[in-house]
Amino acid sequence: MNPAVFTPLAAREPPPDAIGVWPWLSRHFFGSAANSFLTLLVLALLVVALPPLFNWAVLHAVMPADNAACRAASGVGACWGVVAEKGRLILFGRYPYDAQWRPLIASALLVLLLVMSCLRFFWRPALVLAWLVVFSVFYGLMKGGVAELTPVDTDRWGGLPLTLLLSSVSLVVAFPLAILLALGRQSQLPAIRTLCVIFIEFVRGVPLISVLFMASFILPLLMPQGAKIDVLVRVLIGMTLFTAAYLAEVIRGGLQALPKGQIEAAHSLGLGYWQIQRKIVLPQALRLVVPAIVNTFIGAFKDTSLVTIVSLYDLTGAVQLALGDADWRKFFIEGQLFVAAIYFIACFAMSRYSQWLEGHLNTGTRRQ
Amino acid sequence: MATITHTPIIEFSKVNKWFGNFHVLRDIDLSVARGERIVVCGPSGSGKSTLIRCINRLEEHQTGRLTVEGVELSDDVQAIESVRRQVGMVFQQFNLFPHLTVLDNLTLAPMWVGKVPKAQAEERAMQQLQRVRIAEQAHKYPLQLSGGQQQRVAIARALCLTPKIMLFDEPTSALDPEMINEVLDVMVELANQGITMVCVTHEMGFARQVADRVIFMDEGQIVEQNTAAAFFDHPQNERTQDFLSKILAH
Repeated sequence: MNPAVFTPLAAREPPPDAIGVWPWLSRHFFGSAANSFLTLLVLALLVVALPPLFNWAVLHAVMPADNAACRAASGVGACWGVVAEKGRLILFGRYPYDAQWRPLIASALLVLLLVMSCLRFFWRPALVLAWLVVFSVFYGLMKGGVAELTPVDTDRWGGLPLTLLLSSVSLVVAFPLAILLALGRQSQLPAIRTLCVIFIEFVRGVPLISVLFMASFILPLLMPQGAKIDVLVRVLIGMTLFTAAYLAEVIRGGLQALPKGQIEAAHSLGLGYWQIQRKIVLPQALRLVVPAIVNTFIGAFKDTSLVTIVSLYDLTGAVQLALGDADWRKFFIEGQLFVAAIYFIACFAMSRYSQWLEGHLNTGTRRQ
Repeated sequence: MATITHTPIIEFSKVNKWFGNFHVLRDIDLSVARGERIVVCGPSGSGKSTLIRCINRLEEHQTGRLTVEGVELSDDVQAIESVRRQVGMVFQQFNLFPHLTVLDNLTLAPMWVGKVPKAQAEERAMQQLQRVRIAEQAHKYPLQLSGGQQQRVAIARALCLTPKIMLFDEPTSALDPEMINEVLDVMVELANQGITMVCVTHEMGFARQVADRVIFMDEGQIVEQNTAAAFFDHPQNERTQDFLSKILAH
């Protein structure tokens, strides 16, 4: 007897009502009575809320820095004139007005390098060098005293460059430090492990505000007479250590998620400890925790605004400073919205970058 | 048949190991000759995986002596790394590096451990991939391959450092039945080329075909060892007879 022959059925097109825009809309927005109700409710709320907002923010808004016009439009239209009038004070704080091209260039350099650091093409050892160079140039430009630039003390630094400096130093330096702390916490050597655990638990157990207070008020008391470290440097160290402790725990989560077999296979190939960490463990562990790392970064970025309590005027500090002017104090909402928009752009960019990076790094690691 | 010389390449003498209080290896004495092909079998928990994982120090033994290619395994990291360079290992779960392409999986150790230039490492890697008949997949990522293909890549990866000893820890246990033979075929070819092999496996057909010696372990001890034919046809110990009757019943 001949064996039965297996003839597979030919693949067919899906039914027409399963694809296209209208079937999708009706399924997702009007799929059930409750669903349709919610869709209509949200539409109604938008219709009620959007026009007044538009009227205030755009239609009746006063764009030029005209105080009288702003007062006249009060309650009806936004006074974006406050941004035109106080923009430079908000962006650069109390930095000498005539020399504000220096923080502008310094900030642009920092932003440029931040963006470059996000691209895989630049992930090579020279990047570390680039950061050292840019931090030095930033410091030289801001502080002056070199190349016929008038010296400007760090207590007059403020606004956007200060926010950028605080966040990039605390992220760029904290990241490698956090990797070492996370690896140290998993170390086979008890002394290193204990040291890392104590550091992480101590720093995480204290609010950032306390760390900043300690850095700016208590540390100088403990220093020998005459030894003086700039308050900005002390705050930078404090913020960096704080961010590193948080980040270390995030990275440890990634290390723990890695199957033991990966390390065994690397051992069996004769790779040494640092080779295994660099080639096998970190590339896999870090990509697992990209969203959590970026989340920590976003948090750290916004936390830089806490430095106002030790009299450093970052963006949020500078806007308070700018609104100290009695003529413009009334329009604090517009000023705050301006600063909020800057923060939002930066955080949203980080968030989108995180999503792109996840997809980009996941090549091959998911079954297709 | 490859020639077997009588200098031992691996030698266990009175080796003991505990996991906590559990005595997993008990007074192991075992000497493996250069070129010898050994199959280790036994029930789960008998210590057979631990035994072969001691050979490249993925597990540490606590008492007794274990020498591999004349080097005694101890806490000396350099000695351990020199032994690992001469011992290739294939795992049940493949353990390929998922973030690297097949080719990069193979060139990693030669480039970083063997300090071989990239072009040369890639050339050798392609030769090994051809040997396991999977060269066309060189630029894919491991998870894009089937289990059998992944395990063949893992074998090629272990061979890239031209090891003198190959260890196999249940290499076919995680595979779909349809894929077992493609892996066993590669292992048989390898066995015929004279490399020293120690395989933990329950593939008794494979054992009969290539093993010079079959070892049966239970309760952390070597219960019985013999040539493949004698082991299967005339098992001496009642524990071995019982085990064989269970796995060969169907």
